[in-house]
Order: sequence, then C-alpha cells, then structure tokens
Amino acid sequence: MTNTIAVHMSGVVKRFPGVVANDGVEFELRRGEVHALLGENGAGKSTLSNILTGLYRPDEGTIELNGAPVSFSSPRDALNAGIGMVHQHFRLVETFSVAENVVLGNPDTAFLLDTAAINERVKELAARYDMAVDPEARVWQLSVGEQQRVEILKVLYRGAQVLILDEPTAVLTPIEADALFRTLRAMTAEGRTVIFISHKLDEVMAVSDRITVLRGGRTVGTVDTSSTNKRDLASMMVGRNVEFTRVQRKTPAQANDVVLHVENLGGHDDRGRDALHGVTLTVGRGEIVGIAGVAGNGQRELAEVIAGMRHATTGSVSVEGKVLQSGKARAAIAGGVAHVPEDRLHTGLAAGHSVEDNLALKSYRSSLLSRFGLLRRQAMRDGATALVERYDVKTPSTQTAVRLLSGGNVQKVLLAREFSTGPKVLIAASPTRGLDVGAIESVRERLVEAADGGLGVLLISEDLDEIMSLADRIAVMYEGRIVAVIPADKADRETIGLLMGGSQLEATS
Amino acid sequence: MKSPVRLERRLEQPKWLNWAIPLISLLGALAVGAIVLLLTGKNPLDVYQRIFERGFLSTRALTGTLRTATPFAFTGLCAAAAFRLGVINIGGEGQLYMGAIGASYVGLIMGNSYPVGIVIIAMVFAGMIFGGMYAGFVGLLRAQFNTNEIITSLMMNYIAGIILNYLIFNSLSYWRDPRSAGFPSGKPLDKRAFWPSYDIGGVGISFGLILAAFVALAVWVLYKRSRFGFEIGVIADSPRAARYIGIRTKTTIVVVTALSGALAGIGGASQVGDFTHYLDAKGLQLNSFGYTGIVVAALARLNPLGAIVVAILLGGLTNAGYSLQGPDFPSGLVGTLQGLILFTAVAGEILMKYRVKRNTAAKKATVAS
Repeated sequence: MTNTIAVHMSGVVKRFPGVVANDGVEFELRRGEVHALLGENGAGKSTLSNILTGLYRPDEGTIELNGAPVSFSSPRDALNAGIGMVHQHFRLVETFSVAENVVLGNPDTAFLLDTAAINERVKELAARYDMAVDPEARVWQLSVGEQQRVEILKVLYRGAQVLILDEPTAVLTPIEADALFRTLRAMTAEGRTVIFISHKLDEVMAVSDRITVLRGGRTVGTVDTSSTNKRDLASMMVGRNVEFTRVQRKTPAQANDVVLHVENLGGHDDRGRDALHGVTLTVGRGEIVGIAGVAGNGQRELAEVIAGMRHATTGSVSVEGKVLQSGKARAAIAGGVAHVPEDRLHTGLAAGHSVEDNLALKSYRSSLLSRFGLLRRQAMRDGATALVERYDVKTPSTQTAVRLLSGGNVQKVLLAREFSTGPKVLIAASPTRGLDVGAIESVRERLVEAADGGLGVLLISEDLDEIMSLADRIAVMYEGRIVAVIPADKADRETIGLLMGGSQLEATS
Repeated sequence: MKSPVRLERRLEQPKWLNWAIPLISLLGALAVGAIVLLLTGKNPLDVYQRIFERGFLSTRALTGTLRTATPFAFTGLCAAAAFRLGVINIGGEGQLYMGAIGASYVGLIMGNSYPVGIVIIAMVFAGMIFGGMYAGFVGLLRAQFNTNEIITSLMMNYIAGIILNYLIFNSLSYWRDPRSAGFPSGKPLDKRAFWPSYDIGGVGISFGLILAAFVALAVWVLYKRSRFGFEIGVIADSPRAARYIGIRTKTTIVVVTALSGALAGIGGASQVGDFTHYLDAKGLQLNSFGYTGIVVAALARLNPLGAIVVAILLGGLTNAGYSLQGPDFPSGLVGTLQGLILFTAVAGEILMKYRVKRNTAAKKATVAS
C-alpha cells in the first residue's frame, strides 16, 4: 500500500525574529518511501523537520499523521506517535554502551536494566536492518558511522515508523554511506518511511523515491526521482531566471597580477578530519573571486588556513609571492591578509570590548598604539574616532561595547578595522549574511570600492546572487575541493547549482 | 504565576555600580548574618558594633587588622589576577605555603651574611618563584590538557599542606629547628632577615602591606594599560577572537596562572619575613589565607586596587573575630560572615549585568486573563 499518505503537512509557516523560515510549505509523505528533502542551507529543511518532530510549533498550517490531524508539543510526543529524528550532531552518552544509549530515555525501560535482554533486542534490531554494531561496545570506541547507527537504532527501538535523517551522509565515508542506503532500503521494505534531508544531488538521486525541493522557505515542487535529473533539481534548488546585474567596476581586475596564491592546500576541520583537499587558487590584484558552495564544504577551513588561524596540512599560501607561515594568524596579518570571518561578533570581534578596542584589535601591537608594552590609549581613541567617522559607524561613543551595536554597524566596525590595516588580500566570509538590505548594499559597495583600489578579494558566500553580481571569477567548492573555476560572465546558475550539489561536469564540458 | 519583578539586561554598566554593588553585597551579608545571630539569641547590632570596635577603632586593633590584611591582600591579588583571564585559580592557599617555603629557605641561607635589602629582595623573589612555579603547573595542565583548574589547584593546596608538614614535623629538613625540643618548629631566621615595619601614629604597618599596595598598582597597570593585559581581556571575552588575531592563548594562560601564584607566593614570603620569622607550618594552615583571598577578589570585583581595600576590611573582621572569641562570641561567626560575603558578592554580579524592574506587564496580563 505505498500510496497511503503517512504524513501530510500543509501551509506550514514558521517565523523567527527577522526571518520566515517556513513560508507556506506543502509536504506529503507516502508510506514506505524514501523521500528526499532537498534545498540549500537556509531553505527551511531543518525547520520543517523540527516542526514535524515537535521541537518547534508551527505558527500556521496543519500536520496530518495517517490522515488524522496532530499537534506535537515536544519531540517525545512525536516519538510516541511514531516519528523519530536522527540528528546530524549525535546525542549520545559516550561512556555508555550502545545498548544503554538505545534504551536511554525510553519510558518503558524498567528501573533495573535487564542488560542481557536489551543487548539481545538491540543486536536483533541491528541485524534486521543490516547495521553492524556491537551492543556492548562503548560509544566513544565507535567510528562516526557506527555512532550514527546507534542513533538510528535508538529511534527504531522506540518503534518509529517515520524516520527523519538530517544530512546523514555529511559525516560518513562513501562506504559507510552505501551501507546506510542499504539500511534505509531495508526499512522501507518493511513499510517504514524515511525523510532524507540533503543538499547533495547525487545521493538524493541514488537513494530516494520522491524528492521535495524547498527554496527560501517555500516548496518549489515534489517530483518522482525516476522522472527527473540532476540538472532540473539543481535549477529548482537555486532558482532560475532571476535577473541580476553585474556590478560595474571602475578599475578592471588584473587576474594575472597575482596577489594571493593558494597552492595545493590541505587542512583539518575542528574534529581533525580532512576538510580541504589540495585546493589551488589565485586572486589577482583588484580581482574579486567568489567561492560558491553549500556551507560545510570546506569554505570556513579554507578561509581560516589562509588567515593563519588553522594549520595547513599540505601546500602553502603566499601573498605577493611571499609564503606565509602556516597556522600563524599574526604572520598572515603582517603579510597583508585581512579577514572578515563568518562569525563576526565572536571571532572577528571581542563583543564585550569597546568599539575603540575592537578597532585596534589588529594594530595594538604597532608602535603607533603601544610603546614599551604599554598601550597608548589616546592614540587608540583618536584612531577609533577617525575610523568611526570615515566608515559612518553609528555608535553612541567609541567606548560602547560592540555587542550593543546593530548587525550592520558591527560589520562596519569589522570592515573599518580590516581595511585600516592596509591589506593586500581580503577574505570575506558571508559578509552580508543576516544584514538588512541597506547594510548589505553598503558592505557590497565597500568591497567593490576596495577591489577598485587594488585589493584582491576572496568572497565566500552561500548567496549565489551575491557572488554572481560581485565576482570576476567563481570557484565552486564541494567536499573540500575546488571543483571548477568559471569566469563570472560565462557562469550560469544551473551549472553552478549542479557543481554545488556535487555533480561532475558532464553537463558543461 | 509570574514573579513581581523581572531582570532586564543592562545595556551599559555605569561606573558607580563598581563600588555600589560591593557595598550592597557587604550590607546584604551583614543582614543575613543578623538573622543568624537573632536565631541564636544574640543582638546583631551589639555584635556588629563590637566587631567594628575591635577591628578598627583603636591603634592596637588597627595594627592587628593590617597584619591580618597583609596575606589577604596578596591572596586577593592572586585570585583577581587569574579570575580576570577566566582561570579559576583557587590554589592561593597552597601557593602561599610554597612561597613561605621558598622565602624561608632563602632567608635562612642568606640571613646572616647579606645586607637586609638584598635579603628582602631575594626572599620576595624566592616566594614568587616557588608560588609561581607551583601555580604554573596548574596553568600548564589547563593550557595543554584542558584540565579543570578548579580541581587541580584545590588538590594542590592539600599537597602543599603535606609538604609543609613533612618539612617541619616529619623530617629533619633544613627548615626544621634542630634545637626545638618537644614540639617541632621551624628554624628561626637571623634578625637581619626580618622585614621592617613602620609605626605611623601608633599603628604598625608591615613592609609586606606596603609592598602589596605597590604590587596592586603594578597589577592594575598590567591589566588596564598594557598590551599583555589587553590580550588577557580579549581571551577572557572571546577565545575565538584571540585565535583570530593570533594571541598565544596557551602561553598566556600559563604565564597568568604562574603570575597569580607568584602573588600568593609573596604573601607567603611576607608571613615569614614580616611576622613569624620562621616557617610556621601550623600557623600558615590555620587561617585559610588563600580561601579568604577568593572572597577578597570577588568583593573587589577583581580590581587589584580594590583588593587592598577589601583585604583591610576583611582583615578587620577576621582580627576582631580573633580577639572577641569567647563564650559570648560565636567562633564560627567570622567564617559564616565571610561565606555570606562571598555569596552576596557573587550574587551582586547579577545586579551588575541586570537591573531589577517591577513586572508591571505581567500584572496587566493576569488581570486580563
């Protein structure tokens, strides 16, 4: 009975302060299918699944489970109704055994654990769905793939009929991913239903029966996997035919006069896994190179390795021909690398410190601002006053803590400081994210102005429109690699969307 | 059920709060202490008045108070210096013992053959090095292995106590006086190694307390005016921003923790040089100098100059406690009051960050519903 509707969500609206995360989403799930939920970051996938699992309550709209309307007020409600979620970030007690984790939080568990029986049941469940995992092993001993199986077992043990997997392959090796797909098939063969959240086109095509694409909090459409292809999905995902205009540049970029040269760069992420694989890239004088890609494909690591916040495992970064010492932020700063990090308020700035302190954050060691190890407060104050004036920062005073400023002014402080250090290269990571329209405009103007002045800009953004309108060349990153570099005037959204989703370029070559 | 008041986050923290809130905390502690006293059938006003008299109102009282305040000042600076970085070093106690061990060793060796100025400087440095290295180990563990410094520094207090006992009671160490018949005690320092004290209007002021004031000024400059202090502030505010601008966070943690221990170490040196003139294993452990330092730092809101003032205040309280101890004065009272002060001082931090508002909106809502 594959045509029976398991879940029907209709007109779902969820607002957060300043954002509408779901804006009238339609979603229909048939029993026994693997249904992929596809979309870029911020498209509303996670919000939708959090609503379905009772973590959020929708502001508007209805949810029907097996034809009957339901309203969950907690994940436990949803779980009792048979809907379970496997989160991207595991929620396991590392010092407990697999079986203990599986029964943890289960209300039916007796006060005294019958360990042998539980182990037996977990083992049986694991075998049934082709998941190799030892129930008695401690979770900290397990690989990431095995830990994910524990998460799935947890949900299955509670009797979930609908399983939601949030970006399940993000942490897996290809072999582990294949094993996961087999497990999903085994589950649907028994009549269970799987929602598979992803932004990777290849695996969505490989594993799903149907696909619902979300964009900007709305449902773009639901298609049968057998009757679609990656190219169509990509254009559904990134949107088509949006008119955008390329910014007019006063000074043309000089791509051949290389200021930033990244050669065969490798690097780890915070968990010590390889996040960059031989990235090679150049930025010319006055050139804006955009890095397009779905978040989490190595962009942050790339920015941090260039800025000296992270060690390079292979390769090198050089600015105007001089190789920068790896993993030394001060060397990068001295070498002329300015960096606007993604997390402005807590990485790019010390939020509890004053505007004055923050404007001096990269130059307080210079002889202008300190002498004999002591700060020259008056010079810092004068410098801050001048920068506040010049960059039109709206702040009550230079002594105000930056955390009290609005998002746009926070970014102005950051940009003012970065430009004031006389950089040769600027790494700007999502520089307009979360800003209002006016602030976005002003940040973009600043970037273009700086590039006109000869600065090489590496613009990392998830906003494809931003990249296409500002960049001279576009590099697409996928799983830690630059998969293509395309001149902006030859780029089209579809191709870039495909590349961002991990498709190799049979389409463009 | 809505509470009648609500907390509203302060956008700015006015400067006057810096002294008003410690004052309120202190009064709050006294008020709660008064309840305890009432319950035990004492007249709180009477008790507090006597504390004030015995702590501050005579030259003799003041001399005793300043003597008690001297170690508090150093351990208070020790706690403040580390807390400002977010390193909760509560090992001032043990670091002070180690400082005393180092300083008494140097005092014993050099005491009869060098001029007093040199001996004092050597003793101060020995105290700093011993206390600093002892704390530096805690900092190293925190920086390298991310161990919880609260636990390690606390545990090391006990180890330092054991070392003290070993040196004086359980071994024939260099520190132990071979001539001490019966009860073992430390070898006395040569008179020439005694630190001077000054008589100002009948009130005795130790060299150590004056040193503490200068050290406090130096620490204040270090934190408020120096590049290093700026970096400490950035690390405490945002570790990620520190990484972003290339501050060597691990090194800073080790250096600051060691510096903090060095300050307690001078306190230990001052105990030997100023007051006991031998390594007093028992006396050092009797008074919880290090733990009181935490109260001092908290009430001073980690301000090094404030720590000196607070040290004198708590010195008075403690000193009065010593001299009033007897059948009509509960011996646990001073400790209780100190505990209450720590409690209210920590609670006072909330008032720094939030203001209390009457919950008028909630009232309307309940009327409407």
